[in-house]
Amino acid sequence: METYMILLIVWWGLLGVLLTGIGAMVGMDMGVGTLLPYVGRTDSERRVALNVIGPHWDGNQVWFILGGGAIFAAWPLVYATAFSGFYIVMLLLLWSMILRPLGFEYRSKLPSAGWRRVWDTALFLSGLLPMVVFGAAIGNVLQGVPFHFDWRLTSFYTGSFLWLFNPFAVLCGLMSVALAVYMGGTCLASGADDPIGSRARRAAIAGGLAALAIFTIAGFWVSTIEGFKLVAGPLPGVPQTPLHQQVTRVPGGLLANYAAHPALWLLPALVYAGLLLGALAHAIRQPILAWWLGALAWIGVIGTVGAAMFPFIMPSSSNPGHSLTLWNSGSSRVTLTWMVGFVLIFMPIIVWYTSWAFWVMRGKIGVKHVETSDHAY
Amino acid sequence: MVNDLVVDLSRAQFAATALYHFLFVPLTLGLTVLLAVMETIYVTTGREIYKRMAQFWTRLLLINFALGVATGLTMEFQFGTNWSFYSSFVGDTFGAPLAIEGLMAFFLESTFIGLMVFGWDRMSKAQHLIVTYAVALGSNFSALWILVANSFMQHPQGAEFNPITMRMELHDFGALFFNPDAQSKFVHTVLAGYVTAAIFVCGVSAWYMLKGRHLDLARRSFRVAAVFGMLGGAGVITLGDALGYVGAKVQPTKLAAMEALWTAEKAPMAFNAIAFPNQAEQKNYFTVQIPAMLSILVTHSLDGVVPAIDQLQVQAQERIRNGIPAVQAMEKLSANPRDEAALAQFKAHGKDVGYGFLVLRYAPQGDLTKITDADIARAARDTIPDVSIVFWSFRFMVAFGLLMLAYLVLATLMTLSNQVERQRWFQWSAVLMISVPFLACEFGWLVAEVGRQPWTVNEMLPTWLSASTHSVAYMVFSLSGFILLYTAFAIVEVYLMLLFIRKGPEEHGAAVPVPAVGPAGHALAAR
Repeated sequence: METYMILLIVWWGLLGVLLTGIGAMVGMDMGVGTLLPYVGRTDSERRVALNVIGPHWDGNQVWFILGGGAIFAAWPLVYATAFSGFYIVMLLLLWSMILRPLGFEYRSKLPSAGWRRVWDTALFLSGLLPMVVFGAAIGNVLQGVPFHFDWRLTSFYTGSFLWLFNPFAVLCGLMSVALAVYMGGTCLASGADDPIGSRARRAAIAGGLAALAIFTIAGFWVSTIEGFKLVAGPLPGVPQTPLHQQVTRVPGGLLANYAAHPALWLLPALVYAGLLLGALAHAIRQPILAWWLGALAWIGVIGTVGAAMFPFIMPSSSNPGHSLTLWNSGSSRVTLTWMVGFVLIFMPIIVWYTSWAFWVMRGKIGVKHVETSDHAY
Repeated sequence: MVNDLVVDLSRAQFAATALYHFLFVPLTLGLTVLLAVMETIYVTTGREIYKRMAQFWTRLLLINFALGVATGLTMEFQFGTNWSFYSSFVGDTFGAPLAIEGLMAFFLESTFIGLMVFGWDRMSKAQHLIVTYAVALGSNFSALWILVANSFMQHPQGAEFNPITMRMELHDFGALFFNPDAQSKFVHTVLAGYVTAAIFVCGVSAWYMLKGRHLDLARRSFRVAAVFGMLGGAGVITLGDALGYVGAKVQPTKLAAMEALWTAEKAPMAFNAIAFPNQAEQKNYFTVQIPAMLSILVTHSLDGVVPAIDQLQVQAQERIRNGIPAVQAMEKLSANPRDEAALAQFKAHGKDVGYGFLVLRYAPQGDLTKITDADIARAARDTIPDVSIVFWSFRFMVAFGLLMLAYLVLATLMTLSNQVERQRWFQWSAVLMISVPFLACEFGWLVAEVGRQPWTVNEMLPTWLSASTHSVAYMVFSLSGFILLYTAFAIVEVYLMLLFIRKGPEEHGAAVPVPAVGPAGHALAAR
């Protein structure tokens, strides 16, 4: 029983790692897509931007795929409830995401300007939209989502599609776009020659500061949102379903954990530190340092959300008793143990060869490179 | 309770997107390995032509790969979006191989494919070769884990249903991984991919021979691919036979449907080479039989017996009756997990809980006490998949498989005796053969997955119960979106593929700037 509780907490932490990975790695490529019209004024300049992430976007995207797979394996009820509840939004996310592989691969295959314009638009949308949805999903989960279960645990979503774009959720969506612009701009500042690199640097600074401003507004807004409080239910670490608990709503409840454990304020502080120092790093032309500071900011953002919600993962606004928590939506002990084993073995290997791939492809590229290379996108 | 139309639309969407995805996967599986073979020859012999070959086929691989990645994303989403009850019911077991696929396969394949394409000038020959092998290994690992997951649906081994958490929980990872269905299906599918790639490469090479272009590259590509494909093809058929052998034990209904075997027979049983099955009357209109062949094929003996549909339905009725108290116990446990009497009731009947779910569909307001004998008979009839589809898909798959093996043997003999370039009829045949492996793969998918019906997890979870609780409008919206997008993608893909085949290896692919587009002419920049 003790081990099961520890495993759930470990997997809750790993969920945070995955979301951070998606934010930092996928968000970086999404940011490049979002910035494509701004940093690339000519066809060749846009190709430079695409080729900077050309060798890496596919690998980075696996963070997203792994995120989905790991939630499926470790938090099946969360995966089932969230993916079906957010149906139309998930489809928009999916449809914009599946344009990306084609955009990268097909865009420069034909010398037609119209053809490339279509794919540039696709790449722009497939950078912007998924990040809006990613942020908005987190914004919705913070406020609670209208769903409930029947006795078999079939989930029913009772909200409307438009409700998912409520003001707070949209604000969170913008925050995630701003962070993506920061990460994408930083990536281009380190990988592309001027003028693309310097445009990207300015965009990164603007994106980082905008993210900080939105984060601050959202922080004040959160205090007016009703949080959730677990009043009674089966003990943590006992195999259970979300059908036997009592949950109440508490105004300002999302800050309750911070009041109880002031050390948690370090998490939002990370966001400030990461983005302010990141802007500074850009000012002294240190984009790689700035990238790591951006990743730190992502850790801060996901950590801030996680700390505010603990032990909830996906609270229900329409039937709070059916809220999904750390204790009632995780997989069994055997599954979580095996999965921890696989993560421990493979994550270091993945980090090792991903670093090697970035190292092999290090250095800046420019217009001349894409116009003469046989292998460029 | 559950809208049948929503279930049907969800199934249509899954089938359409999976069949579509499966057009791109086998080629990627095989071509990555074939590229590794070509590059190995380049590195060991140092002959530049093999490098050019590797680079040319890589270009075609990438056009295909992009769509494989894109349509694969859809598959991962779809479990959660359209099959949410399925996802929460089996995620504990089924999710694990999917997550491991991400960790072990997708990262490997996707990280290294970037280096494989962009890294030619930045690595030593040996390093690049390792990178190419990593891509091939990644794509093959991916097939392994997805088929481990799929085999759990066919033969749910290694998990137990927990009535407290109301889901299938993993209890033996080894049994999940070493599922006999998974092992034979993995080799069968991967080798089918090798054959697909081989026939594709042979066909395109033969087209160059017909046109008298790039003869050196075409000749060598044809030879490497033909030998590679012939070795693979022999394996596909052996493993296909093993699959039938395994399937007979774990999915007798699928097997009975594959053979259109409606009524019980004594050994040695005859094989229906041709039959026109009628599902409603449960009989065949017209058959052409080969005596004793069924016993030989399925049980590898003359006195082996294969259960027929009428016998299986009687068994199903018993299991439905036994499953009803199991579901009733589950409902009590859902209200009170500490209900000892309900737990004991579940323990007594739990092995047939899936059959209880099956008949739940006919229970008025979900009340199982109102189930009649007629409902049970109806549910038992539901356990039989669509026999015509399964029967004919199986025969098409096998016929195409044998055709491909014969062709690959011939191709190997002809290329080794330098006849391919002289025989125009053979070159034309090679071009026409390109479509056959794709068709065989699709039919194979149909046999495996239509034959699994009415279950998503064999004998545990019925399909009708697995779907999400969406409105019909949502489902129409998503299905239309997929049809539009996927049709557009298919047109673009085929167009680019043909264009780049026509361009051939000499011209460089992407490095064409568009001089005409400046800042002013660009719609997005102007925004």
